[in-house]
Amino acid sequence: MSAPIRIRPDETFTLNVGPQHPATHGVLRVKMEMDGEYIVNAETVIGYIHRMHEKMGELKTYPQFLMNLSRMDYLGALGYSHGHVLLIEKAAGIEVPERAEYIRAITVELNRIASHLFWFGAFVMDLGGFSPLMYALQDREYILDMLEAVTGSRLTYSYYRFGGLYNDVDDDFIAAARRFIPRMRTSMKKYHKLVTGNIIFKKRLEGIAPLSPEIIRKYGATGAVARGSGINFDVRKNEPYSVYPEFDFDIPVFHECDSLARYKVRMAEIEQSLRIIEQGLDKLPGGPIMPEKKKPIKIAPGDYYQAVETARGSFGIRLVSDGGKTPYRLKLRSPTYSNMHLFDESCRGMLIMDALAFMGSLDLVIPEIDR
Amino acid sequence: MGAYFSGIFSGLWSLFVGMGITFREFFSPTVTVQYPYETLKMTARYRGHIELIADEEGKPNCVVCGMCEKACPSSCITLAGEKPEGAKKKVLTGYHLDFTKCSLCGSCVESCNFNAIEFSREYNLASTRKEDFHFDLLQRLKDRNS
Repeated sequence: MSAPIRIRPDETFTLNVGPQHPATHGVLRVKMEMDGEYIVNAETVIGYIHRMHEKMGELKTYPQFLMNLSRMDYLGALGYSHGHVLLIEKAAGIEVPERAEYIRAITVELNRIASHLFWFGAFVMDLGGFSPLMYALQDREYILDMLEAVTGSRLTYSYYRFGGLYNDVDDDFIAAARRFIPRMRTSMKKYHKLVTGNIIFKKRLEGIAPLSPEIIRKYGATGAVARGSGINFDVRKNEPYSVYPEFDFDIPVFHECDSLARYKVRMAEIEQSLRIIEQGLDKLPGGPIMPEKKKPIKIAPGDYYQAVETARGSFGIRLVSDGGKTPYRLKLRSPTYSNMHLFDESCRGMLIMDALAFMGSLDLVIPEIDR
Repeated sequence: MGAYFSGIFSGLWSLFVGMGITFREFFSPTVTVQYPYETLKMTARYRGHIELIADEEGKPNCVVCGMCEKACPSSCITLAGEKPEGAKKKVLTGYHLDFTKCSLCGSCVESCNFNAIEFSREYNLASTRKEDFHFDLLQRLKDRNS
């Protein structure tokens, strides 16, 4: 016989979410101090999937490090590879053929749609809706098939090379991409009808987890998280790179600051990416995909930086070279690392179910945080 | 009171719209492939583990230059070769691939100037033993030829 447990009214308890928890979508651990169902304090703990990518960058030669970038963010790998090759091309002064740059933009945008689709499915599943995941994965599969035929891999593409591409795209790819655009637009209508208009979905997200522009700036959050809080920042427009200035597209910005706004930004981004792909296919020039003469990579001593807009936000890569075969230092600025750290401060006082929906709206990819 | 009933009505309407869409999916064509009973053909560019390419006589094209060994980011490839008396070129005597470390980046195939290695289309590679992923590619080539 034991005495009945009495809990003092002011007593809190600790709830450990993760590191193996379906709601965190990866090995993220959140230590939550709870008062009933309300969060008093939360602390995100990372480090469970650290693979020392930055150290590998210092030890491997420039071409040997290429494939590491596809393994940071497994859902939108091409965006990260794009940043890396652009940086090395800038530092080593390599000219990229126009066709290669167009194909890069098309494939990056396809990858962005694939990433957003997966996020969309997983996010709605977090809220308890299962069918949208299946529909989203079916649409994503078309993109993965397309990219697999071109790159030879479904997720870890490692498709870009310094100065160009690994393989040229064929007519099948172009035809498949053209077929995909109207199909995706029809699907978007379906998603808006099925999910965006759903009353339960709206009530779970509207007004929940407001992120003020101040807190966004404080933590350096970027991507859809920042654009959902009224901050009009997209590296593709603000610091144009590649062939993005040639395209006519908009940056969706919503001012509601809540979880629903972040959802709306990503859904609107899919439509804008479709526009970019459409224009890219129309404008796709002929010609080579690699420079004619392949020179060994030689980077003059100095400090170089390149930022790109990936599916999750602004990815920055900084290289300090001492003129050697390997970088002196390679820093990878991952967007979700900043986006995640908002969570600790913002989730105070929130119901746990709202906090998990909020975490879903941040679109965290753990291997990318923990690089 | 009015808000109460309009809440119920909008909730029901939302439910019917959702059900309508999922119901329509019943009649959409099936796209799922029932693996392992059905399999898809791998695409031409699919990156499986590497395999040696043989010339017309069935001998490997490899000249043991060691470019793949150098290009590999994870040091998966170990080459062995010897120069027989009177011969001009080196002859491959061993090509060992440690597939446990390989991440299929394709640097080796790209670095090869002699058309000596290619990607295989194999993806059904599962084993409980680590040793099963140490491939002797020369032996595999001989087995394919015989």
